[in-house]
Amino acid sequence: MTRNGRTRNSCHLVLTAIGVVVLTATGCGAGEPGAAGSGGQADAVDGSITVFAAASLKETFTELAERFEDEYPGTDVTLNFAGSSDLVTQIIEGAPADVLASADTRTMGKLADDGLLAGPAVDLATNILQLAVPPDNPAGIATLADAARSGVKTVVCAAQVPCGTAAAAVEEAAGVDLTPVSEESSVTDVIGKVTSGEADVGLVYVTDVLAAGDAVLGINFPESSSVVNTYPIASLADSGEAATAQAFVDLVTGDEGTAVLQAAGFGAP
Amino acid sequence: MNTAALPRWVVAVAVVGGLFLVLPLVAMALRVDWPRFVPLVTSDSARAALLLSLRTSLSATAVCVVVGVPMALVLARTSFRGQRLVRSLVLLPLVLPPVVGGIALLYTFGRRGLLGSSFSALGIDIAFSTTAVVMSQAFVALPFLVLSLEGALRSVGTRYEAVGATLGAGRWTVLRRITLPLVLPGLVSGAVLSFARALGEFGATLTFAGSLEGTTRTLPLEIYLQRETDPDAAVALSLILVVVAIAVVGVAHRVRPLDRLAVTAAGTPRRRAPEAVR
Repeated sequence: MTRNGRTRNSCHLVLTAIGVVVLTATGCGAGEPGAAGSGGQADAVDGSITVFAAASLKETFTELAERFEDEYPGTDVTLNFAGSSDLVTQIIEGAPADVLASADTRTMGKLADDGLLAGPAVDLATNILQLAVPPDNPAGIATLADAARSGVKTVVCAAQVPCGTAAAAVEEAAGVDLTPVSEESSVTDVIGKVTSGEADVGLVYVTDVLAAGDAVLGINFPESSSVVNTYPIASLADSGEAATAQAFVDLVTGDEGTAVLQAAGFGAP
Repeated sequence: MNTAALPRWVVAVAVVGGLFLVLPLVAMALRVDWPRFVPLVTSDSARAALLLSLRTSLSATAVCVVVGVPMALVLARTSFRGQRLVRSLVLLPLVLPPVVGGIALLYTFGRRGLLGSSFSALGIDIAFSTTAVVMSQAFVALPFLVLSLEGALRSVGTRYEAVGATLGAGRWTVLRRITLPLVLPGLVSGAVLSFARALGEFGATLTFAGSLEGTTRTLPLEIYLQRETDPDAAVALSLILVVVAIAVVGVAHRVRPLDRLAVTAAGTPRRRAPEAVR
């Protein structure tokens, strides 16, 4: 390595470059936990919080965050929506979040197991499955059994994601064996296949059908009540704004939050 | 390492850039759960996904060669009004987000798409089939082949073709005996790059073809799904794709070394004729 001066110089350059990268990286990463540790003004409901929420909560949480900011001047809510598993992975990897609202108890359980929650999670809302068909319902779907007919193109979520777990449970409860043409990795992809007319029917949540508006038609089926999906919410242990985070959880789980969620099709917990 | 010709800060920035590209791959390799690696990548769903990926990518590459060679020839050897515009349009899938390509394919070949309803009338159903996967892959991979081959065609020039024609060779003979042998390295490297792009295709497949084990769930889709429940499996499968990608890039560079690419870019139409035409 030290055969001549030029080699040493270039090595030095490389090391400096690595140093710059590492210092920058650790500098970014250290900011949040440091702020959390000091916790001087943690009792006051003000400051900025980041709320991670399941993709299906996008409309309701956007509205609730605005109401929260109006009710508590000086607060600022940043929202991050994604699939629940993605959010949990991000939090475990150190993403700065103060509150998590997840689409099923299993994903929230992962954070509880890792000791990342500030307290026990609270149930926020429930959701049940519905059949989503294109507005003209080309395959004439009326019941869950219709979705299992041969020749009907049925799309569900894959078993690895919450809506797929629910779909599999409903199939079992109803004694219906669906042979889907596709097992999508998100509700959005299922709805997309239905709105574009590629699929005859998709199995998604009531709230997803409502959110899709006129693009799809929702059909209730009695077996759906056998599988009720529960949305839990919790503030996170690493939050630097514990009081603000708790105030947000209280608003969402209180009367005001329940009203907004039920208007979007969610059930009471 | 000879850095005398450059200011040192240029080298330093280049090194940072290089680390930015390589470090994430190293970080991923460090996360691989080695004791479970073999079981993870040989599970039924992983094998089905890998086999489907190889099968569809090879088919897509074949489609690219069959369609792309004439396209490159037309772009390199003819001139017509609007040629530059046509070339830009052909290269569009290179810069288009793949998911946009998927939506475009859906509105063309989907059941309610521009051509889809005619296909349905003929009893051909593309949606949710392996054909849809191949189409998605070919859509995003085709520009790589056209671009590589057109560059090769321009760099070999038309001198040998003209000589062949004056000696009485017909157009088909010139194409078969002179043009194609001359650009064979460019064709091979273009095909290899197309294969690599097809193998990595994700967005268009997800949007257009769906995701079902053994039919439409290719390796990238399997990785995306495994990540939901078993991140270790996702990382292990990702590493397989990285290894394949490295092998492909190696092959492509061996066929067509970097310095020759540079010559092509500079547009110098001078090159010795290969053995094949002697």
